[in-house]
Amino acid sequence: MNAITNILKSDLTRRGILKSAGALVISFSAPVALAEAATAAIVPKPLDPTQLDSYLAVHRDGSVTVFFGKIDGGQGTDVGIAQIVAEELDLPADRVAVVMGDSALTINQGGASGSFGITWGGKPMRHAAAEARRFLVNLASERLKVPADKLSVANGTVFVTDAPGKKITYAKLIGGKFFNVAMKWNGKIGNDLDVDGGAPLKKPADYKVVGTAPKRRDVVAKVFAKPVYVTDVRVPGMVHARVIRPPVAGATLVSVDEASIKSIPGARVVQKNGFLAVIAPKEWNAIRAAQQLKASWTQPAPAFPEPGAIYDYIRQAPVRKRVVEGTKKGSVDDGMKDAVKVVTADYEWPFQSHASMGSACAVCEIKNGKVTIWTGSQKPHYAQAGVAALLGVPPENVHAIWMTGPGSYGRNDAGDAALEAAFIAQAVGKPVRLQGMRAEGIAWNAKGPASVHHARAGLDANGKIIAYQFESKGFSRLEVDSNESNPADSLVGQQMGIALKPTDSFGTPDDSYDVPNRLMAWETIPPLLDRVSPLRTSHLRDPVGPQIHFASESFIDELALAANTDAVEFRLKHLTGRDAAAVKAAADKFGWDTRVSGPRGDAKADIQTGRGIAYTKRLNTIVVVAAEVEVDRRTGKVRAKRFAVAHDCGCIVNPALLHNTIEGNIVQGTSRALHEEVRFDRQKVTSVDWETYPILDITEAPEKIDIVLLDHPEIPPTGAGEPSSRPVAGAIANAIFDATGIRLRRAPFTPAQIKGSQA
Amino acid sequence: MTTQIHLTVDGKKHTIAVDDPNMPLLYALRDELGMDNPHFGCGLAQCGAFTVHVDGQAIRSCVTPLAAVKDAKITTLAGLGTAEHPHPLQAAYVEEQVPQCGYCINGWIMTAAALLKSNPHPSDQQIRDGLSGLKCRCGTHMAIIRAVKRAAAMA
Repeated sequence: MNAITNILKSDLTRRGILKSAGALVISFSAPVALAEAATAAIVPKPLDPTQLDSYLAVHRDGSVTVFFGKIDGGQGTDVGIAQIVAEELDLPADRVAVVMGDSALTINQGGASGSFGITWGGKPMRHAAAEARRFLVNLASERLKVPADKLSVANGTVFVTDAPGKKITYAKLIGGKFFNVAMKWNGKIGNDLDVDGGAPLKKPADYKVVGTAPKRRDVVAKVFAKPVYVTDVRVPGMVHARVIRPPVAGATLVSVDEASIKSIPGARVVQKNGFLAVIAPKEWNAIRAAQQLKASWTQPAPAFPEPGAIYDYIRQAPVRKRVVEGTKKGSVDDGMKDAVKVVTADYEWPFQSHASMGSACAVCEIKNGKVTIWTGSQKPHYAQAGVAALLGVPPENVHAIWMTGPGSYGRNDAGDAALEAAFIAQAVGKPVRLQGMRAEGIAWNAKGPASVHHARAGLDANGKIIAYQFESKGFSRLEVDSNESNPADSLVGQQMGIALKPTDSFGTPDDSYDVPNRLMAWETIPPLLDRVSPLRTSHLRDPVGPQIHFASESFIDELALAANTDAVEFRLKHLTGRDAAAVKAAADKFGWDTRVSGPRGDAKADIQTGRGIAYTKRLNTIVVVAAEVEVDRRTGKVRAKRFAVAHDCGCIVNPALLHNTIEGNIVQGTSRALHEEVRFDRQKVTSVDWETYPILDITEAPEKIDIVLLDHPEIPPTGAGEPSSRPVAGAIANAIFDATGIRLRRAPFTPAQIKGSQA
Repeated sequence: MTTQIHLTVDGKKHTIAVDDPNMPLLYALRDELGMDNPHFGCGLAQCGAFTVHVDGQAIRSCVTPLAAVKDAKITTLAGLGTAEHPHPLQAAYVEEQVPQCGYCINGWIMTAAALLKSNPHPSDQQIRDGLSGLKCRCGTHMAIIRAVKRAAAMA
């Protein structure tokens, strides 16, 4: 049976916890529904994806709790879900509490994934809320003896439209009781899960809550240092654990000198096959033990290529899989016959680290065969499955509880920590709290893949693209899967001897450029090591989006130059509709000066200024970024000074939270473009901390980020968690060219690159 | 062999017994006193997630040995203000909805609080210089700067 079926099966047999629901996962600043949710005497009932009660409960005070099978990484997904549910139920948003990511209380909706929190995660919640409203209005119709179509709802009260005095509240109708309403379930678990009972949805023109800006529910708790993080979980009798990684990639454990930590109170070794850890009742003693422990390891042949030769290595590596993907039109070869000008270029992107703010932490308690795992993993339901498989217990005996981790933008080290904590807890028979040291989260987490990109295009006599081919080659984006449901995708699983089973996956540019002949493809190459590699790859925010679109949008700029056309004008020649509108909006907000890009004025001036633009799509979300940079010729340092962003993700649920989410993407994207590259030598990753893996400093943060939100209430939300990460590097690279005439085709855009390219 | 250490944290006196007087303050706060902040970020004084005030100065508790702070007055984020009586920076942080994951929060608020004490009305550049070196992976820097300015305006 596969993991998902297992999870589903286990979901179906549990729902006994609603009685005490919510307290663990709702912050103390949550709305009034919290108190009611925590005390609501609702009879235990199994989680069943077809049942309305699995998604939504009305409490005795008329407030509502929704049970959401995703999580929020700090962008306010839960607030958006509350708004969507409140909208359909005609309630204020603060009457809706959201329980997230608890495997005993929520159906697996895929966790945080691909910016789908609102897009896909919101859909079944919206349908469930609409269904609940219809049910409640029908119930009111019976009680009030008035036809349902003569009733209206406001603020959780159903009333007779023509005689508002005649009314009944949700609380009276169903507060504290189950709906027992079945809906049509699409049979899917995870991101794709949907249910629909057929109730009509509110028309966007009537929205009152969607489109407003209630605040986040976790901010107050975070600002006043309340225990909201997985790192804050304490279980009586728990010990602290630290794992010991091999000194070089590919080394396996030969022997451990347990006596070497004898002097440290309570410290002991946990070792099985290639897995090595230490525990101690006090955290500092566990850390000391990890530093002091003597172990010997094999000395394998170097596993990695020369770091300076990584891109040649990728080009020469055997192709494991080739896929033609995305828009395919006409014939590139035929189109090229009519080209008056042909442009080709190659681009390169390094391995990048999740480098979350803190290394991952997990706490695990095993009591009477029942496992509880507290995890910061974005996908707690899959952590449940992975822990169950690793420990050899049925998934229904594992309860995964998500709590905010020390940062999360993809498949970082959280899943590894969850499985390791569980493994150690089982081995030592005590509750375990494990947190990585800094290197766990920078050097040993899975990485965003390194890649090379080759683009070739022909321009016709009118300066339009007539043929376009774009090919990427690199490490798969999924050497370890995007979740930890299979121990083979975890470090402890691999250290126990299970080899990596990578999935070949990459991607192609996403845009709406009108090009008559077009072909896009990707190729993946084998992993550098078949297990326990610090350069194994995984999803990192907007998986492969930044690298592909750095290349494709730099290339579009190179084509604009070849066509002797302004970069905005050139893009607009190939775009229509929402895409063109977004390009214009970003250019207008930026104050774009229309001209062919390239250095102007004094080529010998110390500070050179330029502007660049990049346009990208991501699953129908359109983002256009215009950037202004300053390049210091003396130092080679690039400062991304100012951005204007146009963002179109369909219907905007919460403009204030969207604004902050976009800002974060722009700053993080700038960091990745200017600084981030995992360093390694032939045997190991040498980026182990913030000195060796620098990220953007606040002194380098932009002076200004102007954001234009293009709202389309009639278009269902298309996702906003990460699309604005995508165009940042391309916009900066294009601005650097405009400032200096230097076309950087390799990220990051370091002073060394600038200096090395100066004439 | 344990050593007795006396600490004053957020106005309360504590006596703890530790195996290693060189243990960094961070572990005393979290492990011995059961506090939920500061956070372990890197343990190398490179990120600031473990910043507390010792006698009003922002220090990095992950590399500060207990023995060095035993008679000092320590203030953590939890002691800076409460929801009822917030420090202006905490109020501004809520108003600007600054944190995303928020794990870095101790560094920024505690360092900015010390900065505002010595320079109540810093310029944009002084704010950036004063906070330089702290890490935020979510990229909330713009909101941080807005919040510090807002807090300065409140004072």
